[in-house]
Amino acid sequence: MVKSLETLEEVTIRFAGDSGDGMQLTGTQFTNTVAALGADLSTLPDYPAEIRAPAGTTYGVSGFQIKFGSTDILTPGDTCDVLVAMNPAALVTNTKMLRTGGTIIVNEDAFTEKNLRLANLATNPLDDGSLSKFEVHRIAISKLTAAALEDMNLSTKSVDKTKNFFALGLMYWMYNRPIDQSVKFIREKFSAKDPQVAEANLRVLKAGYNYGDTTEFFTTRYDVRPAQLPAGRYRNIMGNVATALGLVAAAKKAGLELFLGSYPITPASDILHELSRLKEYGVKTFQAEDEIAAICSAIGASYAGALAATTTSGPGVALKTEALGLAVMLELPLVLINVQRGGPSTGLPTKTEQSDLLQAVFGRNGEAPLCVIAASTPVDCFGATYEAARIAVKFMTPVMCLTDGYLGNGAEPWRVPRVEDLAPIPVHFVTDPKGFQPYSRDPETLARPWAIPGTPGLEHRIGGLEKDQLTGNISYDPDNHDAMVKIRAEKIERIANDIPLQTVEGDATGDLLVVGWGSTYGSIRTAVAAARERGLSVSHAHITYLNPFPRNLGDVLHNFARFLVPEINNGQLIRLLRAKYLIPATGFNAIKGLPLRAEEIENAIMEILGGNNG
Amino acid sequence: MAETAPAKLTIKDFQSDQDVRWCPGCGDYSILAQIQRVFPEFAHRKENYVAVSGIGCSSRFPYYMDVYGLHGIHGRAPAIASGVKLANPKLDVWVATGDGDGLSIGGNHMIHMLRRNVDIKALLFNNEIYGLTKGQFSPTSQLGQITKSTPAGVIDQPFIPVSLALGAGATFVARTMDRDPKHLQEIIRRVEKHHGSAFVEIYQNCVVFNDGAFFQYTEKESRDDNVVYLEHGKPLVFGKNGAKGVRLNGFTPEVVDITNGKYSAADLLVHNENDSTLAFILANMIHDPGLPRPMGVFLAQERTTYEDAVQAQIAKAKAKKGEGNLQKLLDGDETWEIA
Repeated sequence: MVKSLETLEEVTIRFAGDSGDGMQLTGTQFTNTVAALGADLSTLPDYPAEIRAPAGTTYGVSGFQIKFGSTDILTPGDTCDVLVAMNPAALVTNTKMLRTGGTIIVNEDAFTEKNLRLANLATNPLDDGSLSKFEVHRIAISKLTAAALEDMNLSTKSVDKTKNFFALGLMYWMYNRPIDQSVKFIREKFSAKDPQVAEANLRVLKAGYNYGDTTEFFTTRYDVRPAQLPAGRYRNIMGNVATALGLVAAAKKAGLELFLGSYPITPASDILHELSRLKEYGVKTFQAEDEIAAICSAIGASYAGALAATTTSGPGVALKTEALGLAVMLELPLVLINVQRGGPSTGLPTKTEQSDLLQAVFGRNGEAPLCVIAASTPVDCFGATYEAARIAVKFMTPVMCLTDGYLGNGAEPWRVPRVEDLAPIPVHFVTDPKGFQPYSRDPETLARPWAIPGTPGLEHRIGGLEKDQLTGNISYDPDNHDAMVKIRAEKIERIANDIPLQTVEGDATGDLLVVGWGSTYGSIRTAVAAARERGLSVSHAHITYLNPFPRNLGDVLHNFARFLVPEINNGQLIRLLRAKYLIPATGFNAIKGLPLRAEEIENAIMEILGGNNG
Repeated sequence: MAETAPAKLTIKDFQSDQDVRWCPGCGDYSILAQIQRVFPEFAHRKENYVAVSGIGCSSRFPYYMDVYGLHGIHGRAPAIASGVKLANPKLDVWVATGDGDGLSIGGNHMIHMLRRNVDIKALLFNNEIYGLTKGQFSPTSQLGQITKSTPAGVIDQPFIPVSLALGAGATFVARTMDRDPKHLQEIIRRVEKHHGSAFVEIYQNCVVFNDGAFFQYTEKESRDDNVVYLEHGKPLVFGKNGAKGVRLNGFTPEVVDITNGKYSAADLLVHNENDSTLAFILANMIHDPGLPRPMGVFLAQERTTYEDAVQAQIAKAKAKKGEGNLQKLLDGDETWEIA
């Protein structure tokens, strides 16, 4: 049978199944293969907080979305073109993500009476006409998987566990991707442990691929050409891994040992996992007894001369608050990574949100300013983390670096930097006892000296009580306290002299400026580009440095008449901007645990500018 | 830094220029003085000492020692100290804490530091009261004790600090008293020799809010009959002229007279610092008011320290994979070139 090959600019695929169906693995495998062939891409894992919710239920559905293309891919896609649904629950919870006319590939064997009931379906959607807007391919994935393994004498359960590789193989065929990389992965992951499992997975992967080739269902395959990315060496990387590497790189460039004090918390734990593997780089990871001990151990390590970091999510930051204040008082370098998640309280542990900005900027007792920066893409987690470490060391201050669940778990291709091109991080430990004062200051940065234990003649005491502005001895003097509060604030303000100026994408003046921060970068950029194509006078400023703001931010803002601030919170950056720059800004706030959709932002732009939506 | 032999130090080397601000007559003065007296005996460099504390009267300790010091936040000293020690295992890290700081708000950090066996010396100044917040009951206050926050008497069962430390898996556990300088000094010497987490409960008199809480153990006229000093390999003899002893009846300690011919020193319980089961029995003697209060080293065991284990894993990884190459790490396993 002759099959045609059609070239697409970009495509979005969503894999959905039970938590136990291996959808995250399937999605990651597909991503790695797509990445290595040079397409640009963006991914969105979307999984429940429960480890393995009862099979077949809607709350046990785990999804993984990938958008890839030969164009500049900025988001994992508002909607998907293809939905792979392994059971009824996965189908019903995900069809709303599928564009009209999109393709559904279902495992029809999973549409049993029991599974339909578990998905709260009175009738079978495959038969009742409810999917008429879509192109549905019913494939007996379970049966075909079992047939491929017939002679292997495996338990039903073991056979069932391999069916995700059938779906993966089929998608490889459909999108003209080779299976080689996943073959290698299966061999490396399973062969040593259980050769039979490896063999089964390989067979099923190939069966899925060959099924596409031979079945009459599919007459067309699709090809996506490599993207026109800047020249260089690329790899695929997840945000949390990029964060971990940012810390290692900063420590190496600073000539310091990296110390991570951390307590497991979703969705930040992967940073701890990643760093705990890097012992040959001298990285010390300390899984503490709680969030407080995690940051306190990092403060101790910083005092002793390590590049110290602590990684967590919002509830963990809440617990670390008092210790952060101590770090502000001690004026020691410290990097706190907050992989934000839905809040308040335990909130939505596995979902993304940007609701910890005000906590980061203000959330401490007393006047306790610190530097806050935010990553805007999974790849940018590397740069933002590295920058956090650079500022922390240079200004002797804690720096909070905000990422979020979407950035942490999302992946995209990364043009790997050369180590020699990374910004230098000079470190100066004082050693000369002559005239040493623990709280004397660099006239430019106002940083105090870093005097580490083990240095003869510099024995000194620091602590959380207010200190004399020179000796660091306890001081209850009213004027000294007034001076110290203002010095600590001024030090943070001076970081603005050390960071890049705020840039604008689009024209530097216009009717509307869309101002964002963090993980909304891709959605806002996509929306603004689309609005500009309609001829609207709109530009985009994305703020990396949230405290202090870049020193030209006021000038940038005042070149525009109106402002739209899209955030995955109920209006946090907008408060900071209004308070400092007195601008009449409008918020766009969707707090659904998901990245903002570009289309929603585009609509919000048009609502303000009166553009014609259509 | 050039590794020359440490200079000969004196008590003055450990006295900071800060005025000591404890209440006149506070037991903390004696503890500070004994430490400053004993530290010069050790062959450590002064610059390698780090004193870490939390919040409370005892936690002002680092300000008065002319060594590196970090006065942290309430209860967190063991966590801060763990970070210091892990970052630089060469440092001699001491924690000063109290019954509130170390057993209430910081109880979690204390037990975890002890179980990990980080080489940190924790001195717990126990005065059975909250001092700095002016007189509320602490986790070691006695049942029925009248305090500012318990006008009708304490109803919380007190912790036995030594039992808690033993239960947490500490490798060195001792008890001493502010008003017995010689014994206190001897325990500090023992602590210094220990490689691993050390926990020392020091009975400390709060002259303002709980004066005399330990007088039956600390004062000359009552001490002999109420205290038994633990010495490794020796029988538990106490009382005026060594007339009494502690023997084990099954697992239960009891007091016997060794002058009336029925029992002799040979019948008594012989202390063994390496025996953790015995340590628990000795710690539990507190429950029987008829038994003397043991002072001294309950347990002294050797176990791999946490920081040594951390270093060993790093050394092993480096031996196996070689020193990490940052560029290789950034590149990852799967890269592709775009021209």
